[in-house]
Amino acid sequence: MQVLRPLLAGFGALAICLSADAAGGAKKASEPTGGWPFAKVPAGQVEAESVQRGFQVYKEVCSSCHGMKLLSYRNLAEKGGPFYSDEYPNANDNPLVKALAAEFEVLDPSPDEFGDPVYRPAIPADTFREPYPNEQAARAANGGALPPDLSVITKARGKGAEGDGATYIYSLLKGYPDFDEVKFRQDEEGNFVNYLEFDQGETVGELLQPMGVYYNPYFAGDATPQWSGDPRHVPYGGFIAMAPQLPDGRVEYMDGTEATTQQMAYDVAQFLHWAGDPKQGQRKSLALPVLIYLVFLSILLWFSYKRIWRNVAH
Amino acid sequence: MSGHESTYEPKSDFTKWLDSRLPIVRLAHDSFVDFPTPKNLNYWYTFGGILAVCLVIQIITGVVLAMHYTATVDEAFGSVERIMRDVPYGWLIRNVHMVGASMFFLAVYVHMFRGLYYGSYKAPREVLWLLGCVIFLLMMATAFLGYMLPWGQMSLHGANVIINLFGAIPLVGEAIQSWLMGGPSVGNQTLQRFFSLHYLLPFMIAGVVILHIWALHVPGNNNPTGVEVQEVEKDTVPFHPYYTVKDGFAIVVFLIIFAVFVFYAPNVLGHADNYIEANPLVTPAHIVPEWYLLPFYAILRAITFNIGPIDAKLLGVIFMFGSIAVLFMLPWLDTSKVKSMRYRPVAKQFFFGFVVACLLLSWCGAENPDNPIIKMGDDKLVVNYVDSAGLEGSRVFTDYAPAAEFRTETVAAGGTASLGIQVAPAFRFLHLSQLMTLYYFAYFLVILPMLGLRERPKDEPDSIHHSVLGSSAPAMAPAE
Repeated sequence: MQVLRPLLAGFGALAICLSADAAGGAKKASEPTGGWPFAKVPAGQVEAESVQRGFQVYKEVCSSCHGMKLLSYRNLAEKGGPFYSDEYPNANDNPLVKALAAEFEVLDPSPDEFGDPVYRPAIPADTFREPYPNEQAARAANGGALPPDLSVITKARGKGAEGDGATYIYSLLKGYPDFDEVKFRQDEEGNFVNYLEFDQGETVGELLQPMGVYYNPYFAGDATPQWSGDPRHVPYGGFIAMAPQLPDGRVEYMDGTEATTQQMAYDVAQFLHWAGDPKQGQRKSLALPVLIYLVFLSILLWFSYKRIWRNVAH
Repeated sequence: MSGHESTYEPKSDFTKWLDSRLPIVRLAHDSFVDFPTPKNLNYWYTFGGILAVCLVIQIITGVVLAMHYTATVDEAFGSVERIMRDVPYGWLIRNVHMVGASMFFLAVYVHMFRGLYYGSYKAPREVLWLLGCVIFLLMMATAFLGYMLPWGQMSLHGANVIINLFGAIPLVGEAIQSWLMGGPSVGNQTLQRFFSLHYLLPFMIAGVVILHIWALHVPGNNNPTGVEVQEVEKDTVPFHPYYTVKDGFAIVVFLIIFAVFVFYAPNVLGHADNYIEANPLVTPAHIVPEWYLLPFYAILRAITFNIGPIDAKLLGVIFMFGSIAVLFMLPWLDTSKVKSMRYRPVAKQFFFGFVVACLLLSWCGAENPDNPIIKMGDDKLVVNYVDSAGLEGSRVFTDYAPAAEFRTETVAAGGTASLGIQVAPAFRFLHLSQLMTLYYFAYFLVILPMLGLRERPKDEPDSIHHSVLGSSAPAMAPAE
């Protein structure tokens, strides 16, 4: 044991050294003040109104470029979903979702009797309409960049802790520099170039923003080639092909909530978090009963153990 | 225990009839009810039972998942998500299976460290230990195959890295590689054979587990004193109810930890990149295996040098497989007659050092080998320039301002200059992993063989019941 202690101490010290050294790369995303409602222990749930608003943001803004191929319209009205109603236990009967789906025209998987393709209004059982017919079309429309599918985006970012992905989306969407922070000037050849000025501690200098991409400190990347200052202190993050999408008032919320950038980022992050794991409400409401049962069982077993072994020295 | 009389007495006519034809109830009774078990087993000994529960959980959830899973590159990713979305309680089954793999390894590592500490691999339990090593190897294979099935980015690229290792074997390497992949690259055919084998191996594990329990029940359990049972009445208690209740308590406590992960953080033990559908054209920035394979991955990457005609890649593969092969040789490497490290004060220190080495190797496996752990000095700036006369040179600066000024001046004078970073020397993850790999092998190949011959162990107790009652044994007691 004497050997163990200094080793463990060294291990701890190394871990601290490392975390201090882990700077660089993307800026650490921070969750909204007060934390996510769904990440609360023991049984945090998504905020249905926020998920509804988030769906509105997705529908009116994101969905023009990002698909969600793992979701069907019915999911929105299933238990745990934003438009669930007790009156319609079968989500396919929910009139709200029926109307919502009918706004979109989709290709019917089965052709008509002559073998010709049939386009019809979507029904709740259909998957969300894809914005582009294929990857090439998506890239061609977005300057070569492919807008990722958002079905499980919140599970595909962060470190896997509850809310990690939502925190990333939230930080990214409100993390773009303000409009007036991006300046422009003419270079030697007379072309207009965008740039940002930094003066934070040792990160002092100018960051050129290439055409068609946008600086975001939360987006993983390396800004070194565009950085004019000390290369040991390059700003966090990199350049993303998605322009800032959520200026204040970009959508008009149906429930009258003021659509600030922060509010929209919060709502859409929560919607995407729900979409990435629609059964999470069920998961978290089952957690406490299971744990109570197991703890109770372990207490019973502990006393059984004490009783059975009471006359045996061991 | 061998030589222990069976106490089973069939009561009904049916059990009498059955007992004279297939004494299976007698076997179960003698193995799990009346089996004499040392009375001093502590909670480290409950992990055998915990592991049996893990295996059963993995097989049951796995069979259900296989009913809904589609093993094709186009549909695998979506079908796993569909299980979590549309199959009733599919989210629970999938999370239990996914977290269960991690829990299985957590338990097996505790079980193995316990065996190392109490010398459970020594005579007469060598075969028991060897079978355990076979199970561990099968578990690693099963876990690796299973990680491929969700067809995420880590599934594909992790499989690529591991299969490429076989390519390092001289002469037959490439043939083995394409045989494993079923073609020139990892594709649909690979996914399908991995699925098939992922379904097969757990049943092979179950078979070896039966042999493992058989090999346990011939010599009987080891115990924390390492002293063999001498008098069955004084030293042992029947397995049931004494150990069924103790193991039962430990299993439920383990399930509480299991449940916390399943319900509150099902994804925290995995890698977020595996929720990005596999794309052979995009390689993730850092390919890392699941946490339970990290120490072996660190050993693989620690070897960055050639030795004679063997190049670094092959050497890394040899060391990685060697790190498991050495476990198979352990019963004959440890020369000490004393089993339990309770009575081996020096060996005990090296053992805890070994545990720390394994933890540090895991840490190294998760990090980029080039990342610094302790920096020696600060990074400097270096300006490489060609001046107007065409002379090349470079100057090193500590601060940015003079470096930038020098660059500007050189360019203004008609030359060219570029600014770069001169990375300060540092103690990096690579170095740590090399040191820990050295310790890992030294522990088995040098420390345990030498120590057994030179150390002076403390006195072992006379018997298990002496140790339990706290009466210290007289010094002249024989060791075993």
